[in-house]
Amino acid sequence: MTIDFSRDKPIYSQLVDRICGDILKGKLELGDRLPSVREYAVETGVNVNTVQRVYKELEAMNITETKRGQGTFITTNEERIVLLREDMKNQLAENFLTSIEALGFSKEEMLVVLTKNRGVK
Amino acid sequence: MLQLSNVSFRYMKKPILQDVSFSIPVGKIIGLVGENGSGKSTLLKVLSGLLRPSNGEVLLNGTPVTRRSADQIAYLPDTDLFFDFYTGEQLFQHYASQFEDFSYDKACIVAEFLNVDKNMKLGQLSKGNRGRMKMAATLGREVPFYLMDEPFSGLDPIVREQLIKGLIQFTDIENQTILLSTHELYEVEPILDQIILLQNGSIIAHEEVETIRDVTNKDAVQWMKTYYKKG
Repeated sequence: MTIDFSRDKPIYSQLVDRICGDILKGKLELGDRLPSVREYAVETGVNVNTVQRVYKELEAMNITETKRGQGTFITTNEERIVLLREDMKNQLAENFLTSIEALGFSKEEMLVVLTKNRGVK
Repeated sequence: MLQLSNVSFRYMKKPILQDVSFSIPVGKIIGLVGENGSGKSTLLKVLSGLLRPSNGEVLLNGTPVTRRSADQIAYLPDTDLFFDFYTGEQLFQHYASQFEDFSYDKACIVAEFLNVDKNMKLGQLSKGNRGRMKMAATLGREVPFYLMDEPFSGLDPIVREQLIKGLIQFTDIENQTILLSTHELYEVEPILDQIILLQNGSIIAHEEVETIRDVTNKDAVQWMKTYYKKG
């Protein structure tokens, strides 16, 4: 599977988001081993140098840990993932607010639509 | 390191390359883009020692590039230069007889990865399969530099994706460098570290792909178009 990347963001940061998303969705679990750099490069159709940068960023964010000779693993620190969840939530909300403000909608009227569309089960 | 300084190339007095200077470090995948006739193929031939520059010099680790430099540079031509009656197997054997660095086993593994049958005659293969076979033969060589002239041109998206994955799988980016010319920039961009943009035989831009996206908020294709609008 090769990924279609969006135009305006560096590819490495799109891959960082993708892996974080997989963690939140539960596709990747705490302590899971990530594929090797080359495996992930071939899987996503991306330069090896780019994947190296992705893994470096994830490690700097404390989302992964590298164990010598064994590979890269998702952190087992649950608090870190809770924090990641909060960050992603805030980021989504921020993006949403920016786009409704750009079109001149108020928070209140959007809230009505939000509750109507998905609020009632 | 492969280095060009002030290289010009004229063909029958017509300037094809004009005062081109740049260097290619080891460990990068670099895309060479530009319109038809902008000098991409000529530049690759000059770099690989197949053509001699009219002015300036091409240096490989400090010594001038000649046809003998082929022991460190693998060149993939854009045309089919192989005998139609050769099978893939015979093509690999031919490569093995010409290049000491050629690994028959590696070429077979690449051919298998790309799903092409090495027992077929080249003349009987589809264009896509000939493209795959050419790639297998080229990647069968273990050299610091691969220069590829339009490795994806005229091939369908499935073959292109496979060749791109083959490039990632079978090169060692710590020790090898790939310079490839392409018109399929949108598809190829994810594997590129840098892009060199050629116009009328001169380099008008040479940039890191990450910088392009970070600084201009554009992908490589849009970035390239801004240069053509400027005219």
